[in-house]
Amino acid sequence: MSEHIMPDHILQLAGVSAGYGPTHVIQNLNLTVAKGERIAVIGRNGAGKTTLLATIMGLTRLHGGRLHLRGQDITALAPHQRAAIGLGLVPQTRDIFPSLTVEENLRCVLRGDATLEEAYALFPRLKERRHNGGTQLSGGEQQMLAIARTLMTRPEVILLDEPLEGLAPVICEQLMQVFENLAADGRHTVVLVEQHAAAALAFASRGILVSAGRIVHDGPAAELKDNPSLIDRHVGVSLVT
Amino acid sequence: MTESLTLPLPERLARVPFLAEALLLAIAAAMFFLLPYSLGFLTRVLILMVLVLSIDLLLGFAGIATLGQAAMYGAGAYAAGLFAIHVWADPLAGLVVGAAAGAALALLSGLVLMRAQGLTLIMLTIAVAQICMEIANKARGVTGGSDGLRGIRMDPVLGLFEFDFIGQTGYWYALAVLAAVFLLLRLVTRSAFGLSLRGIHDSPARMTAIGTPVYGRRVAAYALAGAIAGIAGALTAQVTQLVSPEVFAFTLSAEALIMLVLGGTGRLIGGIIGVAIFMTVHHTAAAHDPFNWLFVIGAMVLGVVFFVPGGLVSLPARLRGLMGRAL
Repeated sequence: MSEHIMPDHILQLAGVSAGYGPTHVIQNLNLTVAKGERIAVIGRNGAGKTTLLATIMGLTRLHGGRLHLRGQDITALAPHQRAAIGLGLVPQTRDIFPSLTVEENLRCVLRGDATLEEAYALFPRLKERRHNGGTQLSGGEQQMLAIARTLMTRPEVILLDEPLEGLAPVICEQLMQVFENLAADGRHTVVLVEQHAAAALAFASRGILVSAGRIVHDGPAAELKDNPSLIDRHVGVSLVT
Repeated sequence: MTESLTLPLPERLARVPFLAEALLLAIAAAMFFLLPYSLGFLTRVLILMVLVLSIDLLLGFAGIATLGQAAMYGAGAYAAGLFAIHVWADPLAGLVVGAAAGAALALLSGLVLMRAQGLTLIMLTIAVAQICMEIANKARGVTGGSDGLRGIRMDPVLGLFEFDFIGQTGYWYALAVLAAVFLLLRLVTRSAFGLSLRGIHDSPARMTAIGTPVYGRRVAAYALAGAIAGIAGALTAQVTQLVSPEVFAFTLSAEALIMLVLGGTGRLIGGIIGVAIFMTVHHTAAAHDPFNWLFVIGAMVLGVVFFVPGGLVSLPARLRGLMGRAL
């Protein structure tokens, strides 16, 4: 089967099956992402949302299919090579380094013309806490640091894995505003995996439903937002709250 | 400024940049005058500090456990010795050659070793040092075999300071090299590269997830530590003017590791303090009981592991914490 690479698509997954070890978590998945698009990926726990992002980043075992970034085949590239050409993952676990301060967490991945001031402008709270250890931060501050740290690698495609999980509503609003600003600047494409479907769909232009490792619905975010029964039907539970 | 004035005196002192280093440098200078007939021993202590700093970069910062750093130390010693005999006897050029030899061996072996973890890695590091020792033993024509490499005669340091019988030049030379290596490592460990090593130490998986080339960084750290161990080996060759296959000995790697654990890993200064304490105990306890002096070291290591896991360098903070709780 010949692959058709769409030039206006920044990211393309064709027939991708992947998982951990011999297990297939996502199966024969096809996805194209246009430059500047905002995508919300929604699904139940264990549906394969995190695995999808990890596969794009090269952190899972690929059983089949190909991945392209800006038309370049990245299937065989290691995670750090993918990061170097424009992919950036904010992991669900935040992955703050406990032995480093806030500033050191940012500096250890600094790339190109990225500066700490950019991160502090985005999250002034981090500047106030820059000498604190990574584990001395609140959950919200840790999430800010995880996002800022990924931005220090100058990603074009930002993969956000459940960034609102366990955070207070006021922090969630702040973070969603940051995602809004990032997506609006025209330089970033955002793929947001989120359990808070209402917030994710309000932000996104396109909504994807994932169930049992497959995309079961792909369409305008408004369509899912206005028809919660669509999510109920595909996913089996109501996620829009 | 105001904030620092409200802190207790020990914490205020701890924040003064390079205060501890300046103090240690002053002690080292004072030792020259206090123990003028032990300069050979003191120079050996300084050289071991350079070796232990190289292990601290690996274990303390990058989380790479090794029991084979003597391989790079020995490679540096033989390279500097052979260079002095056959090419040029300039000490500084010899240091560069020793560093290059240590780095080259570490880079070559590191390309394989850095794919391993845990016990496998430790065993492989030992194996590399043992292979080097066997090569040094067998290649008699080049290395002098078990008799060692003889005939090393060094030119004066910077063309001015002759190596003397008492060891005065050797002492200051080793101290200057130690200070330079320490400052270099200070810069490296505070750079983005050094911080990424600490991140890798915390969690290689996390570092991979945010796009850092973990394997490449580990190999680079191993090569840099190899270069520093090579400098330590070159210093030994130049100061003692003899290199034997014992430079690759397992006991050297193991003792250097114990010195680091005693002092405290990941702080640089911990390695310096660990060597000073280990060698002082060795010097004094072995004089009293040459067969059982290691019991003292063993007891100290146990004490550190159980009561001061951060090493003796963290003892003052630990004591302050205990006193604070008691009050």
